[in-house]
Amino acid sequence: MSNDLSPAFADPIADAQSCFRSVLDAMARPGHRHATSGVSAPAPLCDAAAAVLLTLADHETPLWLDPAAADASVWITFHTGAPAAPPAQAMFAMALSLPDLTHLSVGTDETPETSATVILQVASLTTGQRYVLEGPGLREPKVVAIDGLPPDFAAIWQRNHAQYPLGVDLILCAGNQLTALPRSVSIKDA
Amino acid sequence: MTDSARSTHPDPARRRWMAVLARAEADRIAKLLAHCGNLPAHTIIRGPEGGLVMVRGRAGGGGSAFNLGEMTVTRCTVRTETGFIGHAYVAGREERRAELAALVDALMQDNDRNTEVETRVITPLERQQMERKAERASNAAATRVQFFAMQTMRT
Repeated sequence: MSNDLSPAFADPIADAQSCFRSVLDAMARPGHRHATSGVSAPAPLCDAAAAVLLTLADHETPLWLDPAAADASVWITFHTGAPAAPPAQAMFAMALSLPDLTHLSVGTDETPETSATVILQVASLTTGQRYVLEGPGLREPKVVAIDGLPPDFAAIWQRNHAQYPLGVDLILCAGNQLTALPRSVSIKDA
Repeated sequence: MTDSARSTHPDPARRRWMAVLARAEADRIAKLLAHCGNLPAHTIIRGPEGGLVMVRGRAGGGGSAFNLGEMTVTRCTVRTETGFIGHAYVAGREERRAELAALVDALMQDNDRNTEVETRVITPLERQQMERKAERASNAAATRVQFFAMQTMRT
């Protein structure tokens, strides 16, 4: 066991409930930012990504961890108990750069809810490339700025969006901020 | 636990002291630990938190395993300022007991403290547990019934 193991949520029940509410709201209103609190993440994860993992992952959710984030694997396994899995079998993918979405589970027509959710750590949710989001949960198109996505992200996303009701969902994390891009949202470069 | 499973354990020494700690009372561990001089400060990594584990049993040598029932277990993980991580799983809901047991587990991994903690905490606890077990066994042995009559009838 690694000797740099650090604690998880300061207040496990309240912090996890509040983070769950943030993820729920973020999924319901794509592109809106929420702050998480209560955890100081192990390197190289940001606080928001660690909070989302602690809230959503457990021993019943196979997790694919980006090899670039391997330093955090002991911490994640200890606190969540999530078994490691290859991308195709993972219910959650924790990534530091956008993984190939076609390698992840998109669910089946009978059970679209079994698709993978990608927790993607990016550099910023306030600066960088601007995108226009449109879809359920947004009364009018919303412009967001995200730094840390590949240049052709809008095209990659539209291929994922086109599979609706199948497809993967994305939770973006930077610092202690998170936002979500559910498969139902359509994305264009601004 | 069979003897073969016992010998394949990766760290039999640690297994022994963790078993002793899991059976010890909180007050007793605290009292013995007070004789160990200055202890390093420790932070809690997880817990102490209660939960349920399913206890499984097996009747007879060839019987398949069945669920005997659930029991409450309290677990705790601590890290000492010297960098050692101790774990404890104890039966029941006593959180202080789990924390103390985890702390002693961390101290036992520190080679500078291992001998002292072993002689002042683990050995006395183990001796007390053995005595209690022997006493119960002898009390039970006193009520043992020998079916001489049936044995005689068979031969």
